[in-house]
Amino acid sequence: MATITMNSLGARARNPWVGFVLRRLWRLLVSLAALVTAAFAMIHLIPGDPVRAALGTTADPAMVAARRESLGLDQSLLKQYADFVGNLLQGRLGESIGAQMPVSEIISGRLPATLQIAVPAFVLILLIAVPVGMTAAVLTKDGRRRRGELSFTGVTGFLGAVPEFLLAVGLIAAFAVAWPLFPVASRGGVDSYVLPVLALTVVPAASLSRIVRVETLRVLGEDYMRTARAKRLPARLRYLRHALPNLLTSSLTLGGLLFSSLLAGTVLVENVFAWPGLGTTIVQAITEKDYPLVQGVVLVYGAAALLITFVVDVAVAVADPQSTVRGS
Amino acid sequence: MPHHDHDSSLRHRLGRTIRTPIGVTALTACLLVALVAVLGPVLLGDRAAQVDTDAINQGSSAAHLLGTDQLGRDIAARVVVATRLTLRLTLMAAVIGVGGGLLLGVAPAVVGRRLGRLITATVGVLVAFPGLLFLLFLATIFGVGSTGAVFAVGLAMVPPMARLVQNLTASIAGSDYVAAARILGVGRFRMVVRHLLPNIAEPSVLFATQATGGILVAFSGLSFLGLGVQPPQYDWGRLLNEQLNRIFVNPAAALAPGAAVVLTGLMFGLVGEVLAQAGGRRAPQAPETTPQEELGTPPEPAVEHDGGALVRARDLRVTFPGGRQAVRGISLDIGAGEAVGLVGESGSGKSLSALALADLVPHPGRVSAAALGFDGHDLRADPRLGTELAMVFQDPMASLNPALRVGRQLAEVAEVHLGASRAEATARAVDRLDAVRIATPGRRARQRPHEYSGGMRQRAVIAMGLMGKPKLIIADEPTTALDVAVQREVLDLLAEVREESGAALLLISHDLAVVAQVCERVLVMYAGLVVENLPVTELLGGAAHPYTRALVGAVPTMTTDRGTELATIPGRPPEPGETGAGCPFAARCERVRERCHEDTPELTALGPGRQVACWYPVGTAAGRPVAATAHTAKATS
Repeated sequence: MATITMNSLGARARNPWVGFVLRRLWRLLVSLAALVTAAFAMIHLIPGDPVRAALGTTADPAMVAARRESLGLDQSLLKQYADFVGNLLQGRLGESIGAQMPVSEIISGRLPATLQIAVPAFVLILLIAVPVGMTAAVLTKDGRRRRGELSFTGVTGFLGAVPEFLLAVGLIAAFAVAWPLFPVASRGGVDSYVLPVLALTVVPAASLSRIVRVETLRVLGEDYMRTARAKRLPARLRYLRHALPNLLTSSLTLGGLLFSSLLAGTVLVENVFAWPGLGTTIVQAITEKDYPLVQGVVLVYGAAALLITFVVDVAVAVADPQSTVRGS
Repeated sequence: MPHHDHDSSLRHRLGRTIRTPIGVTALTACLLVALVAVLGPVLLGDRAAQVDTDAINQGSSAAHLLGTDQLGRDIAARVVVATRLTLRLTLMAAVIGVGGGLLLGVAPAVVGRRLGRLITATVGVLVAFPGLLFLLFLATIFGVGSTGAVFAVGLAMVPPMARLVQNLTASIAGSDYVAAARILGVGRFRMVVRHLLPNIAEPSVLFATQATGGILVAFSGLSFLGLGVQPPQYDWGRLLNEQLNRIFVNPAAALAPGAAVVLTGLMFGLVGEVLAQAGGRRAPQAPETTPQEELGTPPEPAVEHDGGALVRARDLRVTFPGGRQAVRGISLDIGAGEAVGLVGESGSGKSLSALALADLVPHPGRVSAAALGFDGHDLRADPRLGTELAMVFQDPMASLNPALRVGRQLAEVAEVHLGASRAEATARAVDRLDAVRIATPGRRARQRPHEYSGGMRQRAVIAMGLMGKPKLIIADEPTTALDVAVQREVLDLLAEVREESGAALLLISHDLAVVAQVCERVLVMYAGLVVENLPVTELLGGAAHPYTRALVGAVPTMTTDRGTELATIPGRPPEPGETGAGCPFAARCERVRERCHEDTPELTALGPGRQVACWYPVGTAAGRPVAATAHTAKATS
C-alpha cells in the first residue's frame, strides 16, 4: 500500500528521481523502524526475567528491583517503548549492566577498531574483485580457454565456500605460526591489521569476482561494445571506458548484499584475532547477558547494514539512471 | 498433472547424474560422513573422553595424532566423535529452517490477501539484514546453549527460504492449472499439498541442501564464539574454540575441526550441485567444437590494384565451428562514392558479409577471403578503418553506450585516431551533432543516450562515423528499428551525408523500397551467395534471377490492390550447412528445371554491369520458354 502511494507521489512530481529517492527513503525508514522495534522487543522476548538472568539467581532482591527500575522494566510496555525511542533519538542507549557505563560510550570506544578493519577490507574487495573478474572474463570470453575458466570457477568457488573465521584460523596457522610474518592476534602496529583484513577480504572478493566475470561477459556481448570495436578503439579504452561503468553498476547491485554481510563477518573475525571491536563486544555481552549492550550493538550493526544497502542502491542509480530509476 | 511425469523424469535424471564423476564424489562423501557419524562415537567415544593427566597439552605424536587437550584427551578422536553431534544439530536446525521457510513462503498464497501481504513485507524486511546479525539477535533471546542455538540458527534460515518459496509459489499460483483447480473448488490445504508443493519441491530441495552447508558453518561459528554447544558436550565449533588459544603450540589441533567444517560444507555444496544438474538447472558443459584455426585460405599479402574500387572482396567466406558457412564465397566491388544495396531475406548472410567487410565478425565466426581490400590496402591490417569506415547498426537503442555521454562517445574517435585534444575533440563532436541536425548540439552532447529518441540516436551514430573522413559507410538495416516518419529522416540524412563527404555506401536491408530510394546498384544475396548484381533501375522490371523477381513481387506498393493477398515466396531459405549440390533456390523456384538440382550456377556477366547466378535467367534466350509459363501462372493466380 505504502509503495503505491509513493508511486503516485513520484508520478505527480513528474521527476523519476524524486519518486525513486522517496521510495528508497521510505523503505529505509520502515526497515529502521523494524530494527528499533526488534531491538526493543528483544529484552521482552527473553524467557523468564532478564534482570535476574543477568545478575544471577542468588542476587539481592533489592538490587534486582533497583536494576529493574533503572531499565524501566516496571513501567507499561507502551511507555517503555516511547522512552526507548525517545532516548534513541537523543543518542542515549541506556546503561551496560556489566560495565556500569553508558552503552553509547562503550560503542563509540569500540566502533573505530571495527571500522579500521572493515573499511580497508571493503576497499580491497573492490580493488581485487573487479580487475580479477574482468580479466578472467576477457580471457575466457566466447568459450575460449575452457580449462582456465574451470580453474577460475573452481578456485573462486572453493574460496567463496570457506567461512571467514576458518580462513582466519588458517591464515594465522600459515602466516603467524608456521611462517611468523605477522602477529597472531590483538591490535598493535600496522602489521597486526594484515591478517584480519585479509580474512575479511578473501571470501567476498572471490564471490564478487565471479559475479564481475559473469557481468563482464554479458556486457561484452552488448551491441555498444561492437560499436566500440567498429570505432577501432584500443582494447584498454574498450574495456576500461566502455565496459567497466556498465558492469560496475550491475555488479554492485548484486554485490550489495556482500557488503552488508561483510560487516557481520567482522564479528567472527574479530573474535578469532581478539580484536577490540564491536564484534568481540557483542559476543561478550551475549555471554554475560548484558542486554542493553547487546541492544546497542545490534542497532549499530543493523543500521549500518541498512545504510550500506541504501547507499549502494543510490550509487547504482546515479551511475546508471536509465535502468534503475525506471525499474524500481 | 504436469508434476507426475516430472517426478519420474527427475528420478531418472538423478540416477544419470549420480554416475558422473561429480555425482560419484558427492555420493562417496555423503556415505563417508554418514559412516563416521554413526560409527565414530561407538568406536572412539571412550578414547575421546579418556582424561590423561600425564599427557596434558601434548603436540602431535604417534599415540595422539593431533595431540591432546587441557585434560589430556586425544584431539583426533574428539574431532571424529564430534561429527555426530555437529551433524545432528545442523540437520535439526535445517528442519526448523526449511519447515518455517516453507510455511511462511506458501502462506501468502493460501491465507487472505491482507495477511499475505503482511507476511511478504515482513520477510522482505528480515531479508535485508545480514544473516549473522539476525542469528546473534536470536541467540540472545534463546540464550546460550545447544537448544537455543538450534532454534537461533534454524530461524535465521527462515527468511531467505521463505523468500525463495514465495517467489516460486507466486509464479506457480498464477499458472493455468492452479487457476483451473481453484475454479473446480479445490480446498486450500489440498491445493498446497497436491499442486503447490510438488511443483516447488525441486528448487526448494536444491536451496535447502545448499543452505544446510551454510547452517553447518553458522552453527560452528556460534559454537566457536562460545554461544552454541557448551561443555562437556562438544561439536567442531566448540573444539575450535578450545584449541584456538593453543594455535601457537599445536596448530594442527585448531586446523582439524576447521577443516572438518569446510569439507563437510563443501559436501553439502556438491550434493546441491548434483541435484541442480539432475534438475537441469545448470546445463552440463557440452563439448564444444573449437573453431579450426587453419580453415580457409590465408589472406593474400598484397592486394592487386584495379579499377579504383574502394572495396574489393574475392571469395569472402564466414565460417562457424563445425564447418557451417554463413557466407559461402562472395565477391563484390564497391567504387568510390558508390551507393550499393545488399538485399535478401533474414539469414541470407547479408549482415555477416557486411560485418566481415568491417572486420567485426563475432567470435567464433571466422573470415577468410582470397582478397579483401579497402582503398588499396588489406582491410584486416588497415589502421585507418577507425576514421575512414563508418558503421551504422540496426538497433540505435543498443548501439550507443548507456553509461557514457553521447558527446564523449563521439569525441573519443577524434582523440584516438586523429590525435585531437579533449577540447578539440569535444568541439568537433558538437559540430558533427549539429551536422546531423540535432538541435542544441552543445546541450545534447552532454546527455546520455537514454535521453535521446530512437531517430536521434541513429543520427548520433551517423555523426560518430563523420568524426573522421569516411570513405565508406556500412549501414546494416539502419531504419528497421525506427518508425516510418523517422525512417525517412534517417535515409535523407544518409543521402545528404554521402553527397557532402563523397563516401560510398553499403546499405544492408530486407526492404527493397528503401534500397531503391537510396542506392545505385543492388546485390541480391540468397543462402550465403550473391545471386544477382544489377542497377537499381532494373530492379523493379528487369531482374533476371527468379529470386529477385520473387522478392520484388513480395513488396506491396501504393498501387497494389488491397483486396489481393500479399505475395509471399513459398518455402524457406536453406540453413547454413543444408546446402548441397545445385542451385540453393531450386527448391523454391517456380522456373526450376532438372539442371538446377545438379549444378550450382556461378555468378556470370549478363550485359554491362549486370551479373546473375542462374541457369535460366528471366528475359534471356535460355530462360524464355519458362518465363512465359511463369507469367501466365502469375496472371491466373
